[in-house]
Parts: sequence; structure tokens; C-alpha cells
Amino acid sequence: MFSGASAYIDFIRIRFLTMLAYRVNYYTGILIYTLNIGVYYFTWKAIYGGGGELGGFTASQMTTYLAVSWMARAFYFNNLDREISTDIRDGSIAIQFIRPYNYIMVKMMQGFGEGLFRFMLFMIPGMAIAMLLFPVKLPTAPEAWAGFLVMLFFSFLINSQLNVITGLMAFFVENNEGFMRMKRVVVDLFSGLIIPISLFPGWLADIMGFLPFQAITYLPGSVFTGRIQGVGIWHVLGIQVLWFLLLLIPMVLLYRMSRKRLFVQGG
Amino acid sequence: MSYYLGLIVEYLKNYIKTRMTYRADFWVEVISDLLFQATNLIFIFVIFMHTDSLGGWSQGEVVFVYGFFMVPFGVFSCFINLWGFSERYIVKGEMDRVMTRPAHNLFQIFLENVDPPALVGSIIGIVIMAISGSQLGLPFEWWTIPAMLVLTISAVAIYTGIYTALTSLSFYSDAPTGILPLMFNVQGYGRYPVTIYNRAIQVLLTWILPFAFVGVYPASLFLEREEMRNMAFLTPVVGGVFLAIGLTAWNYGVRRYRGAGS
Repeated sequence: MFSGASAYIDFIRIRFLTMLAYRVNYYTGILIYTLNIGVYYFTWKAIYGGGGELGGFTASQMTTYLAVSWMARAFYFNNLDREISTDIRDGSIAIQFIRPYNYIMVKMMQGFGEGLFRFMLFMIPGMAIAMLLFPVKLPTAPEAWAGFLVMLFFSFLINSQLNVITGLMAFFVENNEGFMRMKRVVVDLFSGLIIPISLFPGWLADIMGFLPFQAITYLPGSVFTGRIQGVGIWHVLGIQVLWFLLLLIPMVLLYRMSRKRLFVQGG
Repeated sequence: MSYYLGLIVEYLKNYIKTRMTYRADFWVEVISDLLFQATNLIFIFVIFMHTDSLGGWSQGEVVFVYGFFMVPFGVFSCFINLWGFSERYIVKGEMDRVMTRPAHNLFQIFLENVDPPALVGSIIGIVIMAISGSQLGLPFEWWTIPAMLVLTISAVAIYTGIYTALTSLSFYSDAPTGILPLMFNVQGYGRYPVTIYNRAIQVLLTWILPFAFVGVYPASLFLEREEMRNMAFLTPVVGGVFLAIGLTAWNYGVRRYRGAGS
């Protein structure tokens, strides 16, 4: 292994600066995300009608949940799956494998550079605009803020792990476009972005409790809206950490297998 | 005209030849498309577990609108596929190759990217319409099929217009525009009764990004919702206007195209 941390940190910096050069795109992004929040806000408003509670959410909690979930997505979303599968398909991954670094680590670092950019120029301003337009309630407890921010970082890690795994699938199927689309849809639905998990019918909600997707949106969103407090925060954070560790296994295995597979193709 | 028809046939033949080599991929794609549609239906079903009506529309009606929505969307995704245009044609310079050929450049790009598995979605959409339509007791009139054809073509024209216009932005800026994937969320909002949204979003979905015309407005004709009938009749006009805008933006953009420069 070569030089270690400093080179990897450069990958974060370079990606951050690249994103900064294209920042104009993200202004449209903020508009569209605000529109997404707006559409779901009015849809839920129509569903709530007079008031009451759905799946343990009051109408006001639902608004906050919506805003923070979409804006969290603005942060953790990345196209690592697409980048990796493009590298594989056009063969440039061969050069990447020769270089004295770990390709997956580089991709994660690049994803984090993008995430930092998205956090500062997309999520924060987007959240500010959402707060102006919709009745979003920020948490007051400091532990909710601290818990949410740590969990947000794990959302990014878990989502990126899933992206890397989907991207590496390109080694094993000729065209993994279908898988990438499928993953995207599954993450948006099962993470609780479109519908909070507690609103699903019981059996489906139970199944989702055993899947990694809820750790991306639903759990951090629940902490932010104050539905989970105190010791409960440690508990849900534990679920995230557990999924992070579990997802390392298929990621590393796929990476090993793909290195072998590449030698076969290239030989 | 017959020249273009001949090209369509040749490209499709070629498509079948290449794709039949990788049959498994074909099915992965069909299944992933269906899964995508299924998740949207799940959203509708979950919503209606918690309410009886969405802005005065019943579950059956919303499902019917969704079925209608799937038909033009499938046709559009089959023939017009501009995903990755900027990377493939501008950054990698394939646009140069396309432009040296006699057929219209946009037409060639459409043909090079045809995606017939998407049509499976249209078929499922028709099935959904048939099932929910009969449950709702909707009458089947002499004009049902002709209207369906006209509205589908109009809706495809709207999609084509919007996406062509947005894609032609890549002629003006070399930066990868992340707009197309973002639109993907927005286009779905036209399949819910737009009257539940506030004025600003309604105006946006009706006149600026008119995705209400690929979903709820045209479908309301079959559902006999009086309040949207006029909008349903307006669908072909909106289709024509937006297709014209898209093609103009495209042709204007192509004239500005100077190649990637390497």
C-alpha cells in the first residue's frame, strides 16, 4: 500500500473543487427539490384533511420529515454506481486497478467530496428555502442535532456502499442499467423517502425493518422530527453502524471477485 | 418519408440482433421497469390505506390515471431516450459522426437509443386501465380507442418536447447538466389530481413543465370528470406547442455545436 491518508484526502478536495466549478447545476437542483417537497407536502395535506395522526406522524411532523428527508437526499445522493459501471464498460478501470491505491476507497472519497459540496451548497440552502415556504420545525434538543448529523454521515456511507455494489455488478452482467434503475427506485421507496416506513402495512414495515434502506432516510428523519429521542438515538445509530459493517462484506467480496474477473477479460 | 421508415426498420433489426445475444439483460430491464411501476402503485395503495379520497378522487380513479400515464410513458421511453446524451454525444464526440450522415441528427440519435422493453410498461398500463375502468363502471364508447390514440401521441409529443429542449441545453454548456434525472421525479406529479396542489405548482405542471397533460388531464376524459374536460381537449395543442419548442431549441443548439475540441 502506498503513502496512505494524504493522497486519499486529495481525492476529496479535487472532487469538491470539480463540483464547485459546476455549481450552477445545483441551483436548478435546489428548485426541483423544493418542488418535490411542495408536491408531497400538498399530497399529505390532502390525505390528512382535517388533522389527526398517520402512522404516528402528526401533520406538522410529516412536513418536517418531508423537508429533512429530501434535503438529506440532496446530500447523500451520488452517482458512484454510474461512474463505476462506466469505468468498467469503457475499460478505464484497468488503469485504475494498476494504480497504487484502492479503487473503492478512491470512489468513496470522491463521493465524500461531492457530499461535502452538496451539504454546503445544496442541502443547507435548500433547507433554508424549504423553511421559508413550508412550516418546518427544527429540533430544539442539542442531542437531536448531534444525533442527526452523525446519522446523516452514516446515511451517506450506506447509500454509497449500495452504489458501489450496484456499480460493480457491471462486471457480472453485460448491461447493469436495469440494476442501477432498480436500486434507485428501491432506495427511494424503502428508505422511507416517499412514504415513512410506519405508514406501510404492518408486514411490509416489518420486512423493511430487516433491510438496510431504512437506515438511509427513515431513521435519521425520525431523530430530526423528534419521534426518536434520548437513548433511542443510540439505538438507531447502532442499527446504522451495524448495516455499515454488514455491507462492507459484499462490497469487499465483489471487489476481490471483480479484480480476478478483470484479469481474465484483459488477458 | 419512406427513407426514414426504412431506417426505422433497419435500426430495429439491428437492435434485435444485438439484444438477442444478451437475452438475460433484456429481462432484467423489463423487470426493473416493472418494479419501478410497481413502487408507484404501492405509493397509491399505501396512501389510500389512510384516506378514502385524494382531493375528491377515489382510489380506483387515481389507479386509472396511473394506468393511462404508463401508456405514453412507455412509448416515449421506447423511442426517445436522451439519457446520457451529453456524455456520449458531446463529450465523447459522437455527435460529429451523426452529423456527417444524411438523416436528421435528432432522428438518428433517437434510433440509436431505442429501448423496446419499455413498451411492456405501456401494455401493463392498458391492462390497469381496463381493470380499474371496469371496476369503476366506465362506459366503452366508439371514441374511446381513437381518443386514446390521439391523447397518447399528444402526451408523447409533450415528453419529447420537454426532454429535447432540456437536452439541447448541453449544446450551450459543456458542463454535465444534472437536469434530466431531476425531471424524472417531476414528471410523475402530473398523474395525481393536480387540484390538490397549490396555485403555483398547478400553474407549473400545467403551463411550464406541462406534465399534468401526460397524466391526469387526458385521463379525466375517460373518467368523465367534468372539471378537467377542457384540459383534456387541450392536450393535442399543448403537445404540438411543446414539440415545436423542443425541436426549435434543438436545431438552434445544433447550429451552435462546435465539437468537443480534441
